[in-house]
Amino acid sequence: MGLRVLAAMSGGVDSAVAAARIAEAGHDVTGVHLALSANPQSHRTGARGCCTIEDSRDARRAADVIGIPFYIWDMAERFQRDVVEDFVAEYAAGRTPNPCLRCNEKIKFAAVLDRALALGFDAVATGHHARLVDGVLSRSVDEGKDQSYVLGVLTREQLGHAIFPLGDSTKAEVREEAARRGLTVADKPDSHDICFIADGDTRGFLAKRLGSAEGPIVDQSGEVVGSHQGAHGFTIGQRKGLHMDRPAADGRPRYVLSIEPVSNTVTVGPRTALEVTSITCGPPVWNGPSRFDDLTVQLRAHGEVYPCRFEEAGGGLRVDLDRPATGVAAGQAAVLYSGDTVIGSATIVSASRA
Amino acid sequence: MLPEAIEAMTEQLKRVGNPSSLHAAGRQVRRVVEESRETIADALGARPSEVVFTSGGTEADNLAIKGLYWARQPRRRVLLSSVEHHAALDPAHWLAGSQGAEVELLEVDAYGRVHPDTLRAAIERDPDDVAMISIMWANNEVGTVQPVRVLAAVARDHGIPFHTDAVQAIGQLPVSFAASGADALTLTGHKVGGPMGVGALLLARGLTPVSVQHGGGQERDVRSGTLDAPAIAGLAAAVSTAVKHREALSRHLTELRDELIERVRQAVPDVVLNGDPADRLPGNAHFSFPGCEGDALLMLLDAKGVECSTGSACSAGVAQPSHVLLAMGADAAAARGSLRFTLGHTSTREDVDRLIEVLPAVVERARRAGLS
Repeated sequence: MGLRVLAAMSGGVDSAVAAARIAEAGHDVTGVHLALSANPQSHRTGARGCCTIEDSRDARRAADVIGIPFYIWDMAERFQRDVVEDFVAEYAAGRTPNPCLRCNEKIKFAAVLDRALALGFDAVATGHHARLVDGVLSRSVDEGKDQSYVLGVLTREQLGHAIFPLGDSTKAEVREEAARRGLTVADKPDSHDICFIADGDTRGFLAKRLGSAEGPIVDQSGEVVGSHQGAHGFTIGQRKGLHMDRPAADGRPRYVLSIEPVSNTVTVGPRTALEVTSITCGPPVWNGPSRFDDLTVQLRAHGEVYPCRFEEAGGGLRVDLDRPATGVAAGQAAVLYSGDTVIGSATIVSASRA
Repeated sequence: MLPEAIEAMTEQLKRVGNPSSLHAAGRQVRRVVEESRETIADALGARPSEVVFTSGGTEADNLAIKGLYWARQPRRRVLLSSVEHHAALDPAHWLAGSQGAEVELLEVDAYGRVHPDTLRAAIERDPDDVAMISIMWANNEVGTVQPVRVLAAVARDHGIPFHTDAVQAIGQLPVSFAASGADALTLTGHKVGGPMGVGALLLARGLTPVSVQHGGGQERDVRSGTLDAPAIAGLAAAVSTAVKHREALSRHLTELRDELIERVRQAVPDVVLNGDPADRLPGNAHFSFPGCEGDALLMLLDAKGVECSTGSACSAGVAQPSHVLLAMGADAAAARGSLRFTLGHTSTREDVDRLIEVLPAVVERARRAGLS
C-alpha cells in the first residue's frame, strides 16, 4: 500500500517530474500549487519570479498529464508574514536572510506539511535537488543544483515527512525525463533570484519597504569615505555599488565589512579584513547522524565548504574554521556536513577573526 | 448532454453551409437555425425575433449590460443585485471603471433576495439617470429565486430596461420571457443539457443595445459572427427537452434535495443551510460547515468520489470568500467554509447515500485541519 503524498507543484520542471516519479512508484499523489502572492502577475518574464497565474496553470497542466488530482492552496498570508516580512525585518536589522530557506522552514515543511498531515496525507514531496534516505539529508548528485543548504534547517520530524524524489538525478536528466513524459514544462527556464521580487531589484524592493535615509560609509579607522541611501541596501562582502568618493589609500578594492542599522553606518575595508575563522550561531538544529567525521561547514547558498570544528555553548553554536572564510553574513545559515551528509544547521549571528 | 441535444447537434455537424449564404446548402442550414430559434422562443414564452444567439451566458450578459448602458446614454446609473454572477458584475464594474458608469449593488436579505422596495428606492433616488437594471432569476451559488416578475414591474413603472440572467433557472423553474416582464434574458447551453459555447439573449423587440462586437450583423444587427448551426441545433433540442421535462425533473430534484438537506443536517448537526429554504433552485443545496475550509472539504470529498463545488474562484484558482455569502451577511470564515451540492437529471438516492456515508468523517478531518 502506497503512501498518501502531497506533491507541492510550483509549475516548474523539477516539481512536475518529482510528482510524476512518486505517482509512478505507486503512491496516492495529490498535486498542490501554493499560491504565495495575494496579487499574482499573470505571466512570468524570463527566469525571474514565480507564482504567477501562468505558473499555476503550468502546474495544473502537469498534474493533468501525470493524471493526479490538483488543487491550489492559498498560502499568501502565511508567506507574506513568515517569509516576506521576515526578509524585510532581517535586512532592517543589518542581517542577510535567505528567504528560500525560510520558506522551506515555515511554509513548505510547516504550514503546508501540518495541513497535509491533518488532512490525512503521510508526506509532502517537492522537487528540491537533495537526497533523503531514511530521514537523512544529503547533497544532490548534481552539485551545481544541490539545494541541501536551504533544507538543512529542517528538523528530523519535518524530514521524516518529506520526500525528495530528484536527489539521484542531475538537472539535465530531469529535463530529459520531463520531455519523455510529455510534460510541457520540460524546457521552462530555471527560476533564479527571489520569487517575490519579480524584477530582481532587491535593493529597490527594500528601499520601497524601508525607505531611504542617507548615512555614512566609513573605513576601519572611522573616517567617512562616502555615503549611501540606506544601510539595508548592503550585504557583508559586497564590493560593487559602493560609490565611494575616493579610492582607498592602498588603491585596492574595498568591501562591506559590517552594517550598523541603528547608526545607519556601513563600514568598508580591504578583502583581508573580511576573513573570519570563528563563527557564532544561534540555536542549532541537529537532523543528521550523531556520529560523523570530516566535518565541513557551508556558509551561504552555493558557497564554498570549510573544514571546521564546533562547540555548543549557551544554547548557541560556535564554529571554528580551519582556514579563513570571507563574506560571512549574519542571518545566513551555517550548515554542517560530513561529506555530502547534512549534520545540522544554525543561523549565523556574528563572525570574527579568532 | 441530453441525448436529444447530442443527436440534433451531430446530425447538423454532418452538413456544411453558412446560414448566411444564399446557396442551397446555406438555405438548408438557415432553416435549421430558424427552426431552432422558433423552438427556443416557443419553449420560453418569447417570439422568434426576440432570440439573439450568442456564444454563451457571459456574452449575453455583456451584450445586455454594456449594450443597454451605451444605448441609454447619457444615463449613468446601472443597478445590479449584489449577488450577481461575475459575468454580470464584471461588465458593470468595467463600465464604472472606464465608461463613467455609476454602478449600485442592491442589498439582499439573509437569503440572498432583492426586495422590490430596495429596487424601487434605488431607482427613485434619481430615476431619470438609470440606464439599465440587471437582476438574476436564480442565484448560481445559494439557489435563491428572485421575485423577477415584481422587480421587472418596478423597472417598467419607470421605463427602465430590465435584464435577468436566467442561466440557472431554465429547465428547473417555469420561465416565460413574456410573462416575466423582463426586457432581456440570458440563457446558456451547458446548463440545460446542451452544448458548451452557445447561448442566447432574449431581447424584447424595439430594444436595441449597442453592439459589443462588430461585423456582419447576423443577429438583428446587434450581434455579429457566423452562427454555429450545430451548436444552435443542440441548444434548441436541449431547451425544448429540458422545458418539456421540467415539472417531472423539478419534482424529483426537490424531493431528493430535501432529503439531502435533512440527512446532512442529521449527519452534521451544526451545519448551516444557505439561501432560501423553500424558494430555491430544485437541484441546489448549499451549506456552511463551521470550522472547516470549503477547499479542504472539496478535496476530501473528491477523494471519496463525491463531486461538489465551493464558491467562486479567482483566475489564479485561489478560493475567495464568496461575494454572494458576504452580501448575505456571512462572515469571511463562514463564507470560506461553504460547499454547494448540485443535483441534476442523473442524480440518484444512491448519490445521497454515498455522501452521507463519507461526510461525517470528512467534516471531522477538515475541522482538524482548521482554517488556514
